[in-house]
Amino acid sequence: MAKHILSVLTENKAGVLSRISGLFSRRGFNIDSLAVGTTQDESISRMTIVVNGDDYIVEQVCKQLNKLIDVIKIKRLDDNDTVSRELSLIKVAANNKTRSDIIQIVDIFRAKIIDVSHETLTIEMTGTEEKHQALIDLLTPYEIKEMVKTGTVSIERGTNIISK
Amino acid sequence: MSGAKALIKTLENEGTEVIFGYPGAANAPIYDELSKSKIRHILPRGEQAAAHAASSYAIMSGKTGVCMATSGPGATNLITGIANAYMDSVPLIAITGQVATSMIGRDAFQEVDITGATAPFCKHNYLIKDANDIAQTLKDAFYIASTGRPGPVVIDIPIDVSTSVIDYKPPHKTDIRGYKPNVKGHPLQIRKICSAIAQSKRPLIIAGGGVGASGAEQLLAEFSQKYQIPVVTTLMGINHSSRCGELLIGMIGTHGVLEANTAVRKSDCIIVLGARLGDRAYTIVHSENSDAVIAHIDIDPAEIGKNVGTHIPIVGDISVVLQQIMKQKIDCNVSENARWANSLIELKKKKKVFKDNKQTANPKSAIRLLSELTGGSAVITTEVGQNQIWTANNYSLSGGGAFITSGGLGTMGFGLPAAIGAKVAAPDKTVVAVEGDGSFQMSLSELATIKQWNIPIKIMLFNNSQLGMVRELQRMKYSSNYFAVGLDGSPDFVKLAGAYGIEASRVSSNDELPDAISKMLRGDIPYLLEIPVDKDESTL
Repeated sequence: MAKHILSVLTENKAGVLSRISGLFSRRGFNIDSLAVGTTQDESISRMTIVVNGDDYIVEQVCKQLNKLIDVIKIKRLDDNDTVSRELSLIKVAANNKTRSDIIQIVDIFRAKIIDVSHETLTIEMTGTEEKHQALIDLLTPYEIKEMVKTGTVSIERGTNIISK
Repeated sequence: MSGAKALIKTLENEGTEVIFGYPGAANAPIYDELSKSKIRHILPRGEQAAAHAASSYAIMSGKTGVCMATSGPGATNLITGIANAYMDSVPLIAITGQVATSMIGRDAFQEVDITGATAPFCKHNYLIKDANDIAQTLKDAFYIASTGRPGPVVIDIPIDVSTSVIDYKPPHKTDIRGYKPNVKGHPLQIRKICSAIAQSKRPLIIAGGGVGASGAEQLLAEFSQKYQIPVVTTLMGINHSSRCGELLIGMIGTHGVLEANTAVRKSDCIIVLGARLGDRAYTIVHSENSDAVIAHIDIDPAEIGKNVGTHIPIVGDISVVLQQIMKQKIDCNVSENARWANSLIELKKKKKVFKDNKQTANPKSAIRLLSELTGGSAVITTEVGQNQIWTANNYSLSGGGAFITSGGLGTMGFGLPAAIGAKVAAPDKTVVAVEGDGSFQMSLSELATIKQWNIPIKIMLFNNSQLGMVRELQRMKYSSNYFAVGLDGSPDFVKLAGAYGIEASRVSSNDELPDAISKMLRGDIPYLLEIPVDKDESTL
């Protein structure tokens, strides 16, 4: 089972997200992550959907998504020709003893501290999934209090664009 | 003008002549306007029947059917009919009332999220929140329902949207950026299929419901005739293959006939026209003949390769694609094809003898008699169960006749309202609802609809006091552990029909069938003929 990145343009209307997520569950497709936001055209949303499955599954996902009236365009992105990023916010326990160690790790990863308290540090990091995992591994010993991720967003390299 | 008036006006402009619907509080403003319209309204005795009747009306008329219900339970009662139309690709508009926009989400009286509920089994749906959107939304809905692969579209209209007053503006031409069905086959794939047909020694066409949706009945007949390619059908394809004459072999699948399944087993090139190849039909194609070249023509790309691996996928409208194919020069050996077709025709001609039993009548003989006495030109609707398969395999449709059935969803209770819808669409045709006593009791309240609106359909009711197909399943797979399949307690159906003022009679043996069926068919009046059937009578 390989991961596939789908970039999907949809109408920016109420109910579109539930149509899409509903389709995944009822057809038995698994979503790894789904990120959605508007595009330069306010009437169009763009989703990046990461799907786990073989070629048959991904082809079915694309065809079924295409049948939704509110879906305008779908493109399977080639991992080698795509820039992907994910953003996460991680709140980690920190005290006078550990704070500077954590800040050093954050610097190495070129992440940012965006909030600080007597007992916590909140870190913002952007990067690939692998980079996130590496940071999480290093922060785990300090106790991660909570974290939130956006899911992957992807765009093609070079001059390629989805609407062409 | 009010939102409700804009709705009715748009329906009129879209050519709607009949609405099957049920009023309630949330759609009362729509009904108030409907009463002033020239659109005919038929009130069935339940919303589910409204959806089935409208679907059957659509199949028979070639137009988009319209059904209507109020909010909450009215809307949920439509659901089975909507799902049925979705599975069988029927162009249907379902208009539901909804509680006022200010009340949505507050669990108001008779509130249900019908757009959420129907999303998995409708082609598209809308919740209209602004009366100014009604006309355009409805126009788009008709376009979506009737083009590409047809299907049901649900439109939910809150009561305050119906009552609000707007400046009516006529809708513009539909242009939906996410919906552009592809009708023309790819030229490269057309060349591929032509060369596959040329190389094949035993080509075969599997015709499905898509042939009808595309209006390709005549082209299918011409195509099969020209190259002498035999035709087998799915359950949904029966209605669209009657013009193929001798080359029509029969229905495939678990409930199909031997000669048709033999054809699928032996063919080396299977051309699938507008069929999903659902599990009932496809197992045999897939598991018992994996060597055949499979060419699949369908307007819905998602059907191609979904159930059966395809060598030549062609996305397009069947009429257009068949025309493209027939424009090519196909260098095939027509006489070799004819020999192959003849071997199947011979197999088909082997006389089937039905077991006779003095106490009861044989349902298969009864359907064959019906077929002979109507010359195959009647409109037949069926229920689901043994009656459906008896009819599918024994009624020989000819031009002018129709076979309307619940194929994909397998909905019991479909046949009677379907007969109503078909008769409304084609008042000059003889319409016969073939019923089983189980299914009939799911919709028998529609006898009142038949009476009230004077819809003279014929009802041929097979009565074995059992849920026959489930009983047969229990016999074969559950060591004859018959449970929950007995229908004791059913009424005297002849008297019941009488109570509705519908003429009826009962036969007791095969000998009485010819006269009884002739009598049933006589005159343009509703009639119920009850035919007792042995409970151990087999489906096939």
